[in-house]
Amino acid sequence: MLGETELKNLADRTLAMSQADQTEVAIFAPHSALTRFANNYIHQNVEQQDVDIRVRAVLGKKIGVASSNDLSDEGLRSVVERALTLARHQKENPDFRSLPAPKPVRRIDAFVERTARTGPEERAAVVAQICDAASRAGLIAAGAFRTAVAEVAVANSLGIFAYHRDTMTDINTVVMGENGSGHAERVSLDVADIDGEEVAREAVDKALRNVNQTEIPPGEYDVVFQEYAVADILDFFAYLSFGAQAYQEKRSFMAGRIGEQVMGENVTIWDDGLAADTAPNPFDFEGVPRQRVTFIERGIARDVVWDSYTAGKEGRESTGHALPAGNTFGPVPSNMFLATGDATLDEMVASTKRGVWVSRFWYTRPVHPLNVVVTGMTRDGTFLIEDGKITSPIKNLRFTQSYLEAMNRVEAIGKTSMLCQAIAGVSRVPALKVRGWAFTGVSEY
Amino acid sequence: MRDFALRALDTARSRGANYADVRVLRQQAESVTVRLQNVEGLTYDESMGFGVRVLVDGYWGFASSHRMTMEEADRVAAEAVRIARASATVRGKPADLGPPAAIVDTYTTPVLKDPFAVPLDEKIALLLKTTEAMARTPHIVMAEANIYCQRDEKLFVSTEGSEIQQTLVETGCGIEATAVDEGEVQRRSYPNSVGRHQGTEGWEFVERWDLPGNAARVAEEAAALLRAKPCPSGVTTIILDGSQVALQIHESCGHAIELDRVLGTEAAFAGTSFLTVDKLGGFRYGSPVVNITADATIPGGLGTFGYDDEGIPAHSTPVVREGVFVGYLTSRETAAQLGQTSNGAMRASGWNRIPLIRMTNVSLDPGDRRLEDLIADTDEGIYMETNRSWSIDDRRLNFQFGTEIAREIKKGKLGDLVKNATYTGITPQFWGSCDAVCNRDHWIVWGTPNCGKGQPEQVAHTGHGAAPARFRNVQVGIMR
Repeated sequence: MLGETELKNLADRTLAMSQADQTEVAIFAPHSALTRFANNYIHQNVEQQDVDIRVRAVLGKKIGVASSNDLSDEGLRSVVERALTLARHQKENPDFRSLPAPKPVRRIDAFVERTARTGPEERAAVVAQICDAASRAGLIAAGAFRTAVAEVAVANSLGIFAYHRDTMTDINTVVMGENGSGHAERVSLDVADIDGEEVAREAVDKALRNVNQTEIPPGEYDVVFQEYAVADILDFFAYLSFGAQAYQEKRSFMAGRIGEQVMGENVTIWDDGLAADTAPNPFDFEGVPRQRVTFIERGIARDVVWDSYTAGKEGRESTGHALPAGNTFGPVPSNMFLATGDATLDEMVASTKRGVWVSRFWYTRPVHPLNVVVTGMTRDGTFLIEDGKITSPIKNLRFTQSYLEAMNRVEAIGKTSMLCQAIAGVSRVPALKVRGWAFTGVSEY
Repeated sequence: MRDFALRALDTARSRGANYADVRVLRQQAESVTVRLQNVEGLTYDESMGFGVRVLVDGYWGFASSHRMTMEEADRVAAEAVRIARASATVRGKPADLGPPAAIVDTYTTPVLKDPFAVPLDEKIALLLKTTEAMARTPHIVMAEANIYCQRDEKLFVSTEGSEIQQTLVETGCGIEATAVDEGEVQRRSYPNSVGRHQGTEGWEFVERWDLPGNAARVAEEAAALLRAKPCPSGVTTIILDGSQVALQIHESCGHAIELDRVLGTEAAFAGTSFLTVDKLGGFRYGSPVVNITADATIPGGLGTFGYDDEGIPAHSTPVVREGVFVGYLTSRETAAQLGQTSNGAMRASGWNRIPLIRMTNVSLDPGDRRLEDLIADTDEGIYMETNRSWSIDDRRLNFQFGTEIAREIKKGKLGDLVKNATYTGITPQFWGSCDAVCNRDHWIVWGTPNCGKGQPEQVAHTGHGAAPARFRNVQVGIMR
């Protein structure tokens, strides 16, 4: 840990070296460790410390970006010079307005000391719980357990200085037998929330039930999705639809449809980096405070997320969702939420005459970005539901489905939610039941 | 740098490591991206650091840092040993690296023109000229072009006596036109999709691919796709262009032959492989015209290097011969489990990552057909070009891929344009249906700069030599 004082000092030293009209310094200091296991033992075990200093130099409307992890005076001078040199060779970008001006940023405590202090011995102890549970059941476990500390500071020559530190821990496991597998994962700021026995119980239970799979033909089925799969659905909206760049270039289904009903009335999706039940993240990589942004409100399209560049083109304010300078992807959501409903997973199954239970997706990729058509596989526990009961495991299915259409056919929403890893942060999602999901192929297992 | 690395090695040894290696890496990357007439991305990134990998009584530990001081070398080496001892508390079969490897050598990518020495103004001008040409076509809402270059300077030392210095240079470029009209969005890319094509070459790579000369065609194709007919659904013959064959190799062969996946150590994330050890040497992977080779020595290939990150020399390894599966990509540890020695496929994406088994240049050997003859010899089918989407299951069997553009083939001639083309299959059946591969005149080593694997995730750069190939009885048109 470098700490706020040290990062402020680094940022100030760097800013003082710049002759640019405007300068931004973003410092990201991660320290993370990950213990990986397979075949019921630890086979990889790694730790890393780094500091990335990213300088954006602005000369009029010309911008150059350079980064380095050399903290010496010479290193800082070099990265500033490099950014300036790039800016000098640039062409004026008429769409660029200015680096953002300072706004009050809320302090949020997202740092858990015991997560930061977790060492390889503690991670190994949790891994041992999972491997032992798998071994007792005659199964083998694979997975990874990560603990991490990250510090981020953003400063610019207009007066912004923002600092945040947080901790993060996540664990995942796939437990396998001869013919089938089960999976579980957890994400939290607090390592105390990671219960190896509980994670193992979920994965082992599913692996033991997922044997001798039958095959069902491709077609449209009602599907009950566990939270892991729902997080994937939100990821694609974040990636393809809910960012200002795709919106401005009309590559998003949201373009031209603000105020229209685009999803079912039971669907509400938003982003809130300040919420207590996410991994809070009070400002973006431009130092702009994050605002809560509602994408879909009871099925009606409301807004997308903006950074200062895309917002400047429209004469509006950034919502605090910028990626690090130099990216050409545009802003992305970082803390998405799908509103919970009133159903339990048992009730979703009980209300299904003939359908499919999906534990999670694998290798999902966009087929048609505008309509959010995605293909992918099910993995680690796909089950047939008949007459309100899970009756048998089935072979993994390929789907080719518009996520947008599917969100118009949501029949039930879970009453609880789970924090999951997301494309650029985390998402908090409930389970879902969707009518008429298009499965288009079957695998051999 | 050498003294620093040897100090870390000594500390690891004195703390109890039976084996240790240290990699010191300085990585520089320059990226220029133009969108319409704005240079929206102009970045230079530099990162330097070191990683210490140790074995203590057969269990692995790894630690890394960006601080290049002797004190930090000691701390990181000691931490790696501490981590290895923690690994030993959840025990399996201790790692065996097989016979020791002690090599002292240097390797540098042969480059005609250093891409970092080319003036920025020249790069920007070339990209602006390209996007301007694309943007002239009606319905083009976004024209994007980029140039990327990377230089890795690395030192590898090990307790077995290896000391290898390498300088690897890569250059890449790509363009993309997006057309929008009446609720339809279509995209065309060149030379390859997903950003760019890339190789271990210098500026000559960018000159050869002639971005401005292809800009208008790419934009016109994107616009024409707006009005194209949708891909029909059914079972038919398909001919894939070389870049899509490269993607097909990458996903359905390259990943499937990574021996770490086969042995289960990637199971939780990347998955396993249907090419289990019992299939080596006898399993029919494809038809007799299918020959696949993993070769890290091909000049210019994106998976080309002198030594892997375990200090093993670049190899050329037969993978499939006349349709029969005969070889894996291996590391020292995994090869030893099969009684083999490593064929040098271990690479790390940075100083802060451990090496994993990664594809080198995994290529479909050229056949004997000309593309014109292959089309003329096809009564009915679809010719598909340039990957748009890719998805495959966690054992690398069931896949579904889509391409940016396609054309009908009718009575031996290319016909109407087809949009949203997709095809699906099961790997060995699909390669079993391959009845023709085009010759060396059509063969290009395509670069894939975005291959993800491992936890924490690593993005590797791989190459795939491929020429157009024909496949019979393929399910196409899988989208409502």
